[in-house]
Amino acid sequence: MIRMELCKKIKIMNDLGLHARAAARIVALGKQHKSQLFLKKDDREADGSSILSILTLSCPKGTEIEARIVGEDSEVFMEKLNQLLEQRFEETI
Amino acid sequence: MTKSDIGVQKALRGVAVSPGIVIGKARLVDRSKVKIFYQYLIGDDQLSREVERFEEATRTTEEQLNTIKNGMPEQLKGHAFILDSHLMIIKDSMLYDATIHRILKEKINAEWALKKSLEEIRSAFIQVDDEYISNRVNDVENVVERILRNLSGDEQESLSHINERVIIVAHELSPGDTSELNTSKVMGFITDVGGRTSHAAIIAQALQIPVVVGLESATQLVGEGDLLIVDGNSGEVVINPDDDVIIEYQEKHLRHEKYKSSIARISHLPAVSLDGHPIVVKANMEFLEEVTAAREHGSEGIGLYRTEFLYLKSKELPTEEELFQDYREVAEIIAPEPVTIRTLDLGADKFASGYEIDREANPALGLRAIRFCLKEPEIFKRQLRAILRASHYGNVQLMFPMISGLQELLDAKEMMGQVKDDLDRENIEYDRSIKLGIMIEVPSAVIMAETLANHVDFFSIGTNDLIQYALAVDRVNEQLAYMYQPFHPALIQMIRQVVNAARDAGISVSVCGEMAGDPFCVCILLSLGINELSMNARAIPIIKKIIRTISIKEARADFEDIMRLSTAKEVREHVSNRMKTLVPELAEKGYLEGWDYL
Repeated sequence: MIRMELCKKIKIMNDLGLHARAAARIVALGKQHKSQLFLKKDDREADGSSILSILTLSCPKGTEIEARIVGEDSEVFMEKLNQLLEQRFEETI
Repeated sequence: MTKSDIGVQKALRGVAVSPGIVIGKARLVDRSKVKIFYQYLIGDDQLSREVERFEEATRTTEEQLNTIKNGMPEQLKGHAFILDSHLMIIKDSMLYDATIHRILKEKINAEWALKKSLEEIRSAFIQVDDEYISNRVNDVENVVERILRNLSGDEQESLSHINERVIIVAHELSPGDTSELNTSKVMGFITDVGGRTSHAAIIAQALQIPVVVGLESATQLVGEGDLLIVDGNSGEVVINPDDDVIIEYQEKHLRHEKYKSSIARISHLPAVSLDGHPIVVKANMEFLEEVTAAREHGSEGIGLYRTEFLYLKSKELPTEEELFQDYREVAEIIAPEPVTIRTLDLGADKFASGYEIDREANPALGLRAIRFCLKEPEIFKRQLRAILRASHYGNVQLMFPMISGLQELLDAKEMMGQVKDDLDRENIEYDRSIKLGIMIEVPSAVIMAETLANHVDFFSIGTNDLIQYALAVDRVNEQLAYMYQPFHPALIQMIRQVVNAARDAGISVSVCGEMAGDPFCVCILLSLGINELSMNARAIPIIKKIIRTISIKEARADFEDIMRLSTAKEVREHVSNRMKTLVPELAEKGYLEGWDYL
């Protein structure tokens, strides 16, 4: 099995930061992919498949974190994750 | 005092979260935590059975939450996301997977393993300094309580079976609990814990029943069947009140109801100032469903119809037909009163697909609203066509947002002209004398108001954005909330300039920001010469009442004093003192809290 690992620095740009709804979107995205996502802030790493884990990372707007995706479809996953961030989780205020 | 002191009067004070006064019998609802649970080790051969027991309990919990969600009263549907997040938490790996892992690895029973998982989550959340996030641990606790109950086989008393007129007394009510309340029977409720922004508070406001939370020991002090007074305006709760206290509160209750109905009764009548100036009061709206509420609250038309929703609803852009049907419906319902439809006020970043947009550093200053529309003529023309077509079916006005100068306005009008030509060629009917206006919300438009006024039929001042742009304050930045000041003298000067320009050009001018629906701002707006306001529908009755108590002539004289004040704080104090003499109800303690739009 090919075990691909991708790392990328990302910045949280939506106004509310990684709050419940944004975290839920990330978890839902993860469900569509085989690879596993980890989000790292400073030296703490959160499990990208757990909304609670993502929340405890506490990422307000402007936070820079590292996304690490491990698995065969990591490239597509990373691309989709990027899109989600760029669209600011389609947040409306 | 304990429950044994039967019949002794006792007063408590908590946080008033939903207005109104009720007097009724207490119904204690046991929402105490499942206190006793057994901790025991599991033999190897029983481990898979224990995991199954846990899985079964989570499945039951999911079913219960789904049942509650599907049975939610119509007015609470908007709050269903609270239950959705609970459903998501049930299956979260930090809770679900971690508990199963613990059962198998530590060989402990499901309750014990679940409690351990909760403790771990709690300690992770406690370290978070964002209050919103650390409060989410309550949601996890709620979910764990339910699973524990299902593990123990305890039946949870459902609030949906309450069939007498009672006041509910509980330690805490979860969103699930409040969603189940039979609103025709439950007169009000009080809880030991909770705050102004708790879910229960939000839902109580939607249900319009009096609620006081944060009473700390209500469940210990109140006995089943005790007589209770709940004052949702002041936060007072009286247990076993004496006769004279009951009479006092009955009178208070009657005053409150009478006052509410008196303004509601006359809210459909026109608002004319004390010295005879008629003021047009309209409603802002975003969803089609709000049209009827606007009518019921006495609005004289829709002063601002925000059209973004249809564009955000799905990934696909709405078709011209969808837009047309929506606008036509609003126009028909509100006719003969007018509806002012504002064209798209979105940033490019809100469009999910098809637009390659660079991430903007300053979205509020970026490619949005009319700027975006002018760059995307296809999208803009489609909306203009839909609005023009709908104009045939009622009294429709059209308004461009975020105009910053003349060129933009001329470009937008040019496109509108092209759309009209197309419709003419296709023999499609529309209102040829449709009124066109612009939002005044960018400071440069204020300065250019005299020029702009020659090219439109009306101005609508969008105070929310104007405050943001004029004072250079990001509206959503909590650190700067104190700087977001409607009473800033600079803002008042700007509004005056716009009103003067409109008056000189003979066009009408209205205010459609939150200022329009703020009882303390109305006086200033009227003294500046504003004669049309558009606001949240719920604010209409009180604003109309205030207008009827104001003499514009006097307000103008008073305004000269205001213009001499140099800080927002001084202006605010001056105005609120003045308003309290004009409308004594505004001074009554706890009164304004009753108006939850404030």
